[in-house]
Amino acid sequence: MPRKNPTTGPDGLTRRGFLTSMGTGAIGVAASADLFAAGKEAVDPQVMPAGRTSKVVLRINGETHVVLAEPRWTLLYVLREVIGLTGAKPGCERGECGACTVLIDGVARYACLTLAAEAQGSEVTTLEGLMDGETLGPVQTAFAEADAFQCGYCTPGQIMAVEGLLRTNPNPSAEEIRRGASGNLCRCGAYKHIFEAAHRAAELKRGK
Amino acid sequence: MFPDFDYVRPQSLQAAITHLADEAAVVHAGGTDLLGCLREHIFAVKKVVSISAVKELHGIDEAADGALRIGALTTIRTVAEHPLVRRRFSGLAQSASEVASPQLRNQGTIGGNICQKPRCWYYRGDFNCLRKGGGTCFAVDGENQFHCIFGGGGTCFIVHPSDIAPCLVALNATARVAGPSGVREVPLEKFFMRPEVDVQHETVLEPREIVTQILVPPPAAGTRSAYRKVRARRSWDFALAGVALALRFDGRRVVEGRVVLSGAAPVPWRSAEVEQTIRGKELDSDVIAAAAKAAVAEAEPLGKNGYKIPLFQGVIEEELARMSASA
Ligand SMILES: Cc1cc2nc3c(=O)[nH]c(=O)nc-3n(C[C@H](O)[C@H](O)[C@H](O)COP(=O)(O)OP(=O)(O)OC[C@H]3O[C@@H](n4cnc5c(N)ncnc54)[C@H](O)[C@@H]3O)c2cc1C
Ligand code: FES
Ligand code: FES
Repeated sequence: MPRKNPTTGPDGLTRRGFLTSMGTGAIGVAASADLFAAGKEAVDPQVMPAGRTSKVVLRINGETHVVLAEPRWTLLYVLREVIGLTGAKPGCERGECGACTVLIDGVARYACLTLAAEAQGSEVTTLEGLMDGETLGPVQTAFAEADAFQCGYCTPGQIMAVEGLLRTNPNPSAEEIRRGASGNLCRCGAYKHIFEAAHRAAELKRGK
Repeated sequence: MFPDFDYVRPQSLQAAITHLADEAAVVHAGGTDLLGCLREHIFAVKKVVSISAVKELHGIDEAADGALRIGALTTIRTVAEHPLVRRRFSGLAQSASEVASPQLRNQGTIGGNICQKPRCWYYRGDFNCLRKGGGTCFAVDGENQFHCIFGGGGTCFIVHPSDIAPCLVALNATARVAGPSGVREVPLEKFFMRPEVDVQHETVLEPREIVTQILVPPPAAGTRSAYRKVRARRSWDFALAGVALALRFDGRRVVEGRVVLSGAAPVPWRSAEVEQTIRGKELDSDVIAAAAKAAVAEAEPLGKNGYKIPLFQGVIEEELARMSASA
């Protein structure tokens, strides 16, 4: 899979010769209205400038990571290329495959559509965070036991989606499992085993 | 590849509105649509103003008069699962539960959902189309199987991508909007821009305006709402055809109702034809068939989307029948 490095490459701003009128400031800064009663203090000074790295503090798998990141770097990129956690996979990078699924504050989200800066202040859990030392966690064990993959590329995302599902619904029905895993594509078509793994994972988590 | 942009995540609405004064500054809520647009360089962005840390924009509650108040940053999942929504506005809960995928519902917000950009592949692709300031709508003679059958107005033939917006229009909801000159309320029915009025904007929001809240009035006694969506795959896909209904019944008779189509037009499309056909009637099979026929009588399909006509007819028939069975 070709990796796009967001630090280099053509500057997209020059590709299109037009501006949308969104935010072009037609109305000007000086505004009336009570909204501005708070005055200058209302403007948070912490702007991360374009094209430069700034300090970003992330909580990942229970640890604090202080990294330097550009505003446009996604959480997926920072996890993989800056921190070296390669569990979350780049697939489509547009929210259409689920390979990049991580938990943010306990719910499954796409790391490819999350800016790293946006994840500040949240607890991020990646595939690596489901390990107990060198031992697989229950959802990982269930996927291995159920042989729930062929090539395995989608597997980390599938596991994180199931983990997210089981955290809110410890005993899902077959239909709830299908729905819970419906944000993750498997190009190999291992769905039957993935659903079985999810079922087994629920049992393992409940201590059966 | 993303363009370079400044990023800021203010804590207050005022600060966000102030930051939006900068050149090519855009609002970031959940980011699920915005990041896709950035990656495709659809519009110029120099500054991303994230409103995700503005606390007052989160959450759902009930006003004293029974209206539902939904903060713009409420996630689509919360809208789908919230007990108040499920109990009193089942169509809205249903529509939210049919959006995109679980991860996108966990991250996408209701404000972002109604402000999302069109999904037309020419608009999203490397075509300088009308909506991007060019001179042509490439869908007219192109691959238009997912484009509109109503309201193209000879200009741009997108369909509005949202599942939630048609339900909000059916439920007569209002958007509360804050901007540099204060706060105003816009009925959802007037919120979406028709292409013949302004082909480059999807909403009537002025520069620097932020949707802060969605207000859904308490439904009159006897009102039931529903949403039905047809799509190629049961996950991710946008509506090929859909219908949002909010009907007020007296016994088995429809006193009045609002019927809004998705996947049909550049804006959520209120079907006056269906509404008139069912008003004052019991939903027997003749009335239902007449309503479904009336729904598509004025349709203007393009070269490759003629299938939407029988599809809409079927969807409307089935959904009206379902409502009548539960009346
Ligand atoms: C693969 C995929 C499939 C999808 N399928 C569906 C589907 O089936 N049905 C459906 O309805 N949607 C679908 N969507 C769209 C999805 O629901 C939207 O991306 C999401 O709701 C946007 O919310 P957000 O908070 O992430 O918005 P953002 O991406 O943060 O913002 C979206 C746009 O709205 C503007 N905006 C956001 N919030 C505000 C606000 N409060 N005030 C003013 N402007 C604002 C932003 O500037 C931006 O232009 C899909 C999206 C993807 C990526
Ligand atoms: S890489 Fe994120 S959804 Fe495909
Ligand atoms: S196992 Fe190959 S993509 Fe799922």
